[in-house]
Amino acid sequence: MKPGPGTYRTGGRVYASVLGLLSERPPFVQVVPLSGRYIPKPHDLVLGTVTDVQGTFWLLDIGAPRWAPLHMTGTPWQVEIGETERFLRVGDAVVVQVESLEATGRIGVTMLGEGLGKLEGGTIVRISPARVPRVVGRNGSMIDTIRRHTGAEVVVGQNGRVWVGGTPDAIHRVSEVLKIIEENGQRSGLTERVESYLLATMPTDTRGPREPDGERAHRDAPPRQPDSEETDEDAADAETETDEPPETMEPGDQ
Amino acid sequence: MGSVGAKDVPVLLSPDGLRIDGRRLDELRPMKIQVGQLHNADGSAFVEWGMNKVMAAVYGPREVHPRHLQQNNKAVIQCKYNMAAFSVDERKRPGLDRRSQEISKVIGEAFESVVFAEEYPRTSIDIYIEVLQANAGTRCAGLVAASLALADAGIPMVDLLPAVAVGKVAGKIALDLKKEEDNFGEADLPMALVPQSGRLVLLQMEGHMTEPELAEALELGVQGCREIYEKMKQALRERYSVGPAGGSA
Repeated sequence: MKPGPGTYRTGGRVYASVLGLLSERPPFVQVVPLSGRYIPKPHDLVLGTVTDVQGTFWLLDIGAPRWAPLHMTGTPWQVEIGETERFLRVGDAVVVQVESLEATGRIGVTMLGEGLGKLEGGTIVRISPARVPRVVGRNGSMIDTIRRHTGAEVVVGQNGRVWVGGTPDAIHRVSEVLKIIEENGQRSGLTERVESYLLATMPTDTRGPREPDGERAHRDAPPRQPDSEETDEDAADAETETDEPPETMEPGDQ
Repeated sequence: MGSVGAKDVPVLLSPDGLRIDGRRLDELRPMKIQVGQLHNADGSAFVEWGMNKVMAAVYGPREVHPRHLQQNNKAVIQCKYNMAAFSVDERKRPGLDRRSQEISKVIGEAFESVVFAEEYPRTSIDIYIEVLQANAGTRCAGLVAASLALADAGIPMVDLLPAVAVGKVAGKIALDLKKEEDNFGEADLPMALVPQSGRLVLLQMEGHMTEPELAEALELGVQGCREIYEKMKQALRERYSVGPAGGSA
């Protein structure tokens, strides 16, 4: 048995190094952690907040162990050196894509691409990254349901940050749904629970499905699709949480 | 020490071997553990041990502040142990004192021995231990809470770190001293064990013991640690156990 992520080997035995679910893919054995910060993967779409502004780049907090530098050339804007503050300031929220993970730990991100850009207005809700597949649903079914019943704009980041835009009422209902998913993600009947909440809280005025009103000066096209492509696999993995009791305290040996 | 009149010193051991709270020499105080209570922290744990109440919170791995403290090849572990002003009978003045600094240091170093810090270079793993109610053995309770908080935060480690204070009361080696035993006993030996390897990563002593007594104390302490280890694992299991579906969110 070879030690994979979440394990270590000593004295001829393999032990778990984190609390998580045992996963055996011969010849490797690994433990998938049940908790912990978001660990970036290339191509992940994530929501970040600007924490620092430098002459040629900004630093983004994407909920990972390190901040991610966004270089001025990685944006659709024409930025002069030293002019970075004009485009993004500390506290601004953005949608970016993870491009590279270097050996030094540096997380490369880019804002060039469909659906990426600065976010104006709205609210960012934080959920556990482990719950993101459930928020998206199989083939985007859950996120579709949420958007349809609220009329809200929703951008789901793989890092567990979800931007919600629209009327205060829509934002509130989406936040409540995210809370429901966060707390009940590992149980069955989640879709029914979410749908019954959304139907029970439908606005009672006669206007029909609401359009998000108010100005949101989006520089780029309103993001509509950044949902994970691996929804089936991820949804299946989310199921295994109910089947297998979490393995390992540290260490469990296998 | 000034002289203490016979009537001031409590009877720490009865003729039938019962301690001041009715425990036997090798019995632990009751322990209750809850993991994951704090949502702002990456990991947290609340430990109630005898009359001790200790909260631990872990943030990280995250960027190091101040920047110059970062290490190129691994995460730095920063530990801060603090006692709330109301945690003891005589109000404890808020702020850093020598004892808190010492405890912060030894606990931080204990974790340096077991955390796989090389997996997160240039970051910081910040451990905060807050004692809300104290009754001897707070550094051990703090270590146990911090260990669980680190596990809750998904930080890779060699093992959990159960810890306990062994001591000598009325001439006998006793496990898990409470306040009166610590104040009026002859020795106090806090220790922390890595169950996977059987090694100790924390060992301190105040007081006097003979060599044979020390050997006996170490053995009793390791045994106590193994018992605590089981309770810690159980608390982590409970954190993630799935209840029956039903009820509103």
